[in-house]
Order: sequence, then structure tokens, then C-alpha cells
Amino acid sequence: MTLLTLDNLTVRRGECPVVDGVSLSLAEGECVGLIGPNGAGKTTLLRAALGLLPAGGHSSLAALPPRARAHAAAWLPQAREVAWPVSVETLVALGRTPHLGARGPSPEDRAAVDRALARMGLEAYRDRDATRLSGGEQARVLIARALAQETPLLMADEPIAGLDPAAQIRTMEVFARLAAEGHAVIAALHDLGLAARHCTRLLMLSRGRLVADGPPEAVLTEANLAEVFGLRAHVERTAEGLVVQPLGVTG
Amino acid sequence: MRLRVLLCLLAGLVAVLFAASLLIGPAHLPIGTSLRALFGSASESHAIVLVMQEIRLPRALLGLLVGAALGLSGAALQGFLRNPLAEPGLIGISGAAALGAVIALQTGLAAAFALALPLAALAGATAAVALILLLAGPRGSTLTLILAGIAVSALAGALTALVLNLSPNPFAATEMMFWLMGSLADRSMLHVWLAAPLILIGGATLLGLGRGLDALTLGEDAAEAMGIRIGRLRLTLILGTAAAVGSATAVAGAIGFVGLVVPHLLRRAVGARPSALLPASALGGAAMVLAADIAVRVIAPERDLQLGVLTALVGAPLFLNLIWRSRGEEA
Repeated sequence: MTLLTLDNLTVRRGECPVVDGVSLSLAEGECVGLIGPNGAGKTTLLRAALGLLPAGGHSSLAALPPRARAHAAAWLPQAREVAWPVSVETLVALGRTPHLGARGPSPEDRAAVDRALARMGLEAYRDRDATRLSGGEQARVLIARALAQETPLLMADEPIAGLDPAAQIRTMEVFARLAAEGHAVIAALHDLGLAARHCTRLLMLSRGRLVADGPPEAVLTEANLAEVFGLRAHVERTAEGLVVQPLGVTG
Repeated sequence: MRLRVLLCLLAGLVAVLFAASLLIGPAHLPIGTSLRALFGSASESHAIVLVMQEIRLPRALLGLLVGAALGLSGAALQGFLRNPLAEPGLIGISGAAALGAVIALQTGLAAAFALALPLAALAGATAAVALILLLAGPRGSTLTLILAGIAVSALAGALTALVLNLSPNPFAATEMMFWLMGSLADRSMLHVWLAAPLILIGGATLLGLGRGLDALTLGEDAAEAMGIRIGRLRLTLILGTAAAVGSATAVAGAIGFVGLVVPHLLRRAVGARPSALLPASALGGAAMVLAADIAVRVIAPERDLQLGVLTALVGAPLFLNLIWRSRGEEA
């Protein structure tokens, strides 16, 4: 089943297109990495797909009414904002906002919060003040919040930036497992090595255009890395999977 | 659970202060007499019934309503702007209401009929809302709302100063200055009937915003993606605040610091959740205004100490203390 369809999605800032005619569709089971250099339009593409930005073309999510959209897709923005010193549990429970009935959180809502905390290994943090955590811990709490929404599709903007290597790998494994369980994940990523190892599919953006779309081996070619990222990289298929190691910049 | 206990405690405190507000006054009536007179018992003299029903009851009711309006809208604005420094005066409503009142005093309209002053203040508040909505637009950002509020406040402040400046005689100027300080003295049931419906409607509107304000803890983008309509939330917030604070200012003048300090004091106790802070701040605001209004009667009954002066005198050091403590926590 497709969870997101974009048809010729275009976002203009003034005259210049920031996202330029992107068409794609996402099905359940996919763990998609959205890659591209700074300013390629990754964030804009994700926000426009959600309908948070006015855009030309069509997005199946943006066409939904707000509450239905919140049941279809969870959004993890790049800005890690926690305005008030609430407990970790309270913060994660905010992910249940679209599901809440008139009477407040149901046992099902509480169970979803527990599942999300468990997935991110945050059970011990439950009662901690979310504003007093380290940046990386806070990032994991916010991911748990998006997981608690329990939507078919999870959209995340640089979810692993600022995490330590082990936490980065664990988070990518959580995403891959979600996809294997029949959800879909699309995440803007900067770490090409992790994108290569954990994603089932990569979307490569360059100046707002979708220049490559396919399995990691097909997208992370030396030619594409040089052309789009200006990188010289070592790309090798190993027994452990695809290994991508940037070596230097071209030119 | 903890929240329910806290709300019950606050409600108890408000009830005690409300009773104290009814029973304390320059007439020094015995408690039994006061209560019998309050319920219009024929056994008490007409004068005492009048004191209880026409002087003390409206004063206590207004303290309750005005305090709740200020505390609640302060909590709602702080939640929406995600800023602990926001307060009801920030979006210019109270400044504009004060301007309306001052104009009514200046033109002599206030002397013409009893409700002229609060009605003029309400007109000022309504004009401010219209101006803010015009400036900040239906889809403007949080920043434009703050800037529009500052602009409206500044304009209202300047015009108020102009009216004071042009006042025909020192007595008129003094009257206006005293009104601007905020007070609950010498209000009648007429004032209660004017303010109560608007405060209750505005209050109910603001109490309904809890879920959206909770979601905003994560920022506007995340909240919107969770199905919260930010534009509608903002409009509801402005209208609710205008109704509650506009009418509160119209009958009581500008009472500062309640909307700022009360949510601050209670934030930790409710676990910082904006939705839980709303009812707690309404009760806390009512308690603070009732207590301050009792204090002005007890401290200097003959000097006519103004309520707004006292709330600021108490509120500012309290606020300084909070900043001092939170500074210590961060270090």
C-alpha cells in the first residue's frame, strides 16, 4: 500500500524553485533516506509533503484534513524544541495528541507511550525533566514522541544529528525495524555511511531536484557522490553490506 | 492525581479568601450578622444588608472573576508564545481598555451614567483586538502577534498619556491616574453583571485550548503536524483573552503582575503541562487578587491604597525571587 504520493511537488521561494517537480511514492516496508547537500531542499520537501508549506503539485498527505493527516504521518522537525520542563513521559505522551478522546489518555494511549519509550530504550528516563537531558538524550526522547504517534508513516528531519555513534546506529535500527514491521520511514540524513547500511531506498536531492532514487547501491555511486556532493568516496560492497566512506572533496 | 489534589487545595484557598473578603471591611461587622445580612435576612438592619449585598459581595465576586481572568489568560498566553515572560498586557488589550476608560473620564461620559466607563474600556479592548488581527493577519507568525501587541500597547500608552496631559484640571488627572492603578473599591453588582458573562465566556474559551497548547510545547511545526490548527488556536486565544482581560480591566482597571507571576508560581507544581496550568492559574489568580484586595483594606483602610499598586509591589519581588532561584538551578 502506498503511504505517500508526491506528484510534481514544487515549492518556490520568490522565483527560484527550492523543490522542483518532485514525484515519488512511498510504500509500507520502506526505510527511505533522503540525502543531499545543505540547501538541496530536503527539509522543504518534507514540510511541503506534509502540507506545512504552500506548494504546487500534489501531495497525498497535504490533501488530508489535519487530524486525518496526523493519523497518517508523524513529523519530527529538525529543531528540537521543548518549551517547558515537562517529564519525559509527558513529552512522549504528546505524540498521542491526535488519538486523544474527550476523556484524555486511554489505556491504549498509555500502552503506546510505553512501547515508544521501550523502543528508544528510555524507560529509565520516564520521570526525568525533559529540558535537563543532554542534547542527544533529548533527541531520542523526541524520536520516541514521534513513535508514540504510531502512524503508518514516520517523517524525520535529521533525526540522528548530534547523537553519539552507538545511539545513531540504534536509532537507524529502530527505523529499519519499524519498516520491517510494515510501517514506512523517510528521514533526511547527512551520514552517507549509515544511510547506505540501514535504508532500503535512498532519494538524492540536488538543488531541489530528485536526481537519483533507488536502492543504496544504485544511488551512492562514485559518480553521483562527486556530481551532487562534490565528494571523493570509497564505496565497497562487503559481507556486512554497502560501505561508503568519504575520502576528500573534489575540485 | 497530583493535579486534582492541587486544584482542590487552590479551590479551598480561593473559597477561604472569598469568605474573608466578604467578612473583612471598615464596617467591622460580626460574622453572624454579616452572613445573615448577605442572604438578606429581615432580622438585620437595612444598612447592613446594603453593605453586604451591594458593597462587599460585588467586590468579592469581582476579585474572584478578575483574578481568574488574569491568571488564566496569563497562563494561556505563556503557553501559546512558549515564553514565561508573556502576560495578558503583552498583546495590548489591557492598555487599550485603560485608554477607553481614561477617555470616558476625560470627556465626562463616566459621570453621565454608571456603566459608561467600563463600556468605553470594553470598546477600547475591542478596537485593540481588531487592530491586532489586522496587523498580525489571520495566518501571521507568533512574532508578528507579539510585535502587533507591542505596537498597540505603545499606541494606547501614548494616547493615555496624551489624555492625561490634556486633562482639564488636576482633579481629573488624579482620578484617571487612580483608575489606572486598578482597584475593586466601590464597584456595584452592575459591574459584576457587565463583566461576569464576558469573563466566563472568555475563560471557558481559554480553558478549551489546553490540548493545543500542550502540543505547542514541541513547537509550531510539530504541533501542526499533530493536527493542531495553529491559526484557529491563535484567533481563539486572542478573542478569549480579549473577552476575559478586556472586561476585567474595564471593571477593575489595570492590575499588573497577576497574569505574569501566578503561572510562574504554579508551573512546577503542575508538572509544567500548559493544559494543567490553565485551571491552576485561574484559581491562583483569583486567590492572589482576593488576597491583595483584602490586604489593601487591612493595611491602610483610610489611605485608599490601590489594588494594582499592591499586586505590583508584591508581584515584582516575588518575580525577582523566582528569577534568582531559577538562576541558581541553572548554574
